[in-house]
Order: sequence, then structure tokens, then C-alpha cells
Amino acid sequence: MGVGITVERLNAFYGKTQALFDININVQANHATALIGPSGCGKSTFIRCLNRMHETIPESRVEGNVRIGEFNVYNGTSATELRRRVGMVFQKPNPFPTMSIYDNVAAGLKLNGFRNRKKVDEVVEKSLRSSALFEEVKDSLHKKSGASLSGGQQQRLCIARALAVQPEVLLMDEPCSALDPISTGKIEELIFQLKEQYTIVIVTHNMQQAARVAEFTGFFLLGKMIEFDKTEKVFTNPSDKRTEDYVTGRFG
Amino acid sequence: MVRTRFQQQMEELREKLLRMGGLAELAVDRACQGYTERDLHRCQLVLENESLINAAEREIDELAFDILATQQPAAVDLRFILAVTKINADLERVGDQAVNIAERVMDMIELPAVVLPVDIGRMATAVSAMVRRALESFVEGKAELAQAVLEMDHVVDRMRDEAFITLVRTMNEQPQNTQQALDALLVARNLERVADHATNISEDVIFWVLGADVRHHGGANNGPNNVATVPAPHSESTGT
Repeated sequence: MGVGITVERLNAFYGKTQALFDININVQANHATALIGPSGCGKSTFIRCLNRMHETIPESRVEGNVRIGEFNVYNGTSATELRRRVGMVFQKPNPFPTMSIYDNVAAGLKLNGFRNRKKVDEVVEKSLRSSALFEEVKDSLHKKSGASLSGGQQQRLCIARALAVQPEVLLMDEPCSALDPISTGKIEELIFQLKEQYTIVIVTHNMQQAARVAEFTGFFLLGKMIEFDKTEKVFTNPSDKRTEDYVTGRFG
Repeated sequence: MVRTRFQQQMEELREKLLRMGGLAELAVDRACQGYTERDLHRCQLVLENESLINAAEREIDELAFDILATQQPAAVDLRFILAVTKINADLERVGDQAVNIAERVMDMIELPAVVLPVDIGRMATAVSAMVRRALESFVEGKAELAQAVLEMDHVVDRMRDEAFITLVRTMNEQPQNTQQALDALLVARNLERVADHATNISEDVIFWVLGADVRHHGGANNGPNNVATVPAPHSESTGT
């Protein structure tokens, strides 16, 4: 099951440049939360702070507290354990190109020491079913490589790969920006189903997508969280004029 | 990102609704003048111009539908379009009420003129003012003006009730004037309906400007006389 995320006084830096300023947010378990804002506003930096990917960039650093459920992200805990709990899907599908579909999904399991073949088979099938891909690839699990799939299928394969290690949280950084409307629709439908089991945080430039899939929406501007509220409130009657100007297309 | 085409369409929608408002307001005024002055010509003009109002209603709905389908408006823009479509329907009904009044007056003109103990002219003035102020609140995007219209509705309701009591008494005491009294009573009822539409328009303006649903005295603090009152704005509205 998904868990909540608590972020307190989060500041993020690239060298001397501050990218995030005092972010405070409570992400509810088993809900989809969308982050919107113009390019460079800090929303991708923010979700990369949730699984400590931000610190992989040289000279970067993070201040503040992030808790994933009871797990304290910045308190000496293992990044490997954190990333098992927090799956991530990126803008561009990134399956392991030489691996089969099956091996792509099983990769995380094997890294985490899973060796029981029957158990791995079960998890691979379950993950592919959860990502709504199994029926399309079940006859070529071992024959086809991940790279041979269409863009939309590759993204769902990446989602299956993330789900295989049974995370509590799924981070999605513009997961549909490289996909056609049909594939986008499938991913959105998937998000709707997945939030029953996982907590989802999605960064998107597509405001209609945020409105469609997320119960909560946060608006970022210049590294600050300007507004965080129920999605319908943000898109029908936002509290802050800057949010209103952004969602109505007056800037951004 | 400046959405020029979108802003043009929104302005076009606003202008079309204002023209529609002008037509509906004119229809009510002509019908009322037709009553007070027993003027057949004005009544005929109301009937002739009804088709203009109906055509305007269709145009506005088509444009609103087009914008919704192609521009995915949000926040204040979405509220504006929803308000426009509802105001549009109310204005069309205002036009229908004006036609009803005009038809009633045309019947009355054929009957002998009698002095009735009811001031329909005063009620018509109050109702016209409500329509005009409701449209002004839309033009200026001001919830306070719309709120003032909501408070006027009770005055018109009282006038209608008084007219009803007085005219029923007239029918009992002067049965030879029953037809004229009945016509006047129906005109009073039509005017009260126009006032209700002006109230609806004002509620829609409040929804557009503040995002507050004050219909049926809900969603906001109830003021004196159980009138839903405008909540304090939580942010500056951009308007449209």
C-alpha cells in the first residue's frame, strides 16, 4: 500500500544557486498529486529530492526533512532501500535496450536478491498486468527486447519495472510528454488504477492531465510552492492570483 | 504565453452576451411601456424582435461550446463561460416574458380602459432596474452590484403579492372588470419572473467573479431577509 509523504522546510541547491525555497507539503497516501508550473520552476527538482536523485548531481545539496511514511529520507538511510520504496518513471521511456521484456521487469528483483524463478515469474506477470501491458506482450516476453516496443508500451514497461519491487510511492516526471494521445490515455487510466495501491506524484506540463488524474495539485513558481490544494479548487477557483494566471494561460 | 485567439474569443463572447442583454432589456422596457401607455406598436415590436433574441441565444451557445471544446479554459475563464451560458438562457427567458406581457397588453387594449388599484408601472420600473443592474454587474465584473440586485428581488416579490391581493379583491368587488384585473395580475406575475431571471443573472455574475455559489441561499453567509450575501474575495480576480 502507498504511504504519505511529508516534506518540511525543503531547500535545494545547485552549487550556489538555490532551486527550491522552504517547501512544505503533505502528500496523501494512495492519492495522485500533480505538480505544475512553468519550465525551471523547480517541480522536477522537487520530486528528485523525494528519492535523493538530486544529490547525484555534482555540487548539489538538500536541506530540510522528507519522510516517506515512517522512513526518513535524509537521515543516513540507504539510497538503495529508499529507491526500492520509491519508484520513478521518467519523461523519456528508458528500458534496458538489450534486455528482453521479461528481464527488464525482473531486473529490480534480481538486484534485490530475488532468485526464486517461479516467484520472479509471478511478480513479472503481476507487474505487467498492473501496468496494463501483459496482454500485449505475453507471447513475446523473452523474445522481444524492451527497445522493440512502441513508445507508449516502453513507458508502461518502465512502470512495470518500477512496480516489480513493490514500491510505496511512484514518482512520474512528465511520463506522457513523449507519447501520443492514445498512449497518454492509457498511462492516465493506469495512474487512476495504480493509486489504489501506490502514492503517486506526477510532474506534468499538461494542465488538463493534472486535472484529469490528480486529486491534489501543487503549483510551483520560481522554486516556491505557491499553492497546494484539491485539484478542482486549483483549476476552478485558485486562491492565489499567480496560480490563476498560470492555469488560465496568462503566463508560462 | 499570451493566448491571443482565446482572449479574442472570450471578448467576442462577452460582446455577444451584452448585445443579447440589450435586446432583452429593450424587450422588457417596450412591453412595460406598452402596458402603461396602451401602445400597440411597442407590443408588436416586442413580438417582432423575439426572433433576434432567439438567434442571439444560439450564437452565444455555439461560441461558448466552441471555446470549451478547443481552449480548455480553467479557473476564472471557465467560470466566465459557464456563467455566460446560464445568463444567456436567462436572457432568452426574459425575452419570452416580455412577449407574454406584450401579448397580454394587446388583449387589454381591445378591452375598455379601467383604472385598477395597482401600480404596475412602479413594478415595471423596479424590474427594469434589476435587469439593467444585473447586466451592469456583468459588464463591470462587480459582485457588489450583483448583490444589490439580489436584495431588490424581495421588493418585487412584495409588489407581486400586493398586486395579487388587490386585483383579486377588484375581481370580487367589480366583476365587470375581471378580465382587465386578470390581465394586470398576469402582467405582474410575468414581471416577477423577469425579476427572478435578473436574480439568476446576478448569482451567475457572483459565481464568475468570486467562484461562490450563492444560489438558493447556499454557499455563502445569509444576510438580512435570508438573502445570500457575497463572501469576501480571497484574491484579486483577473476578470475577463
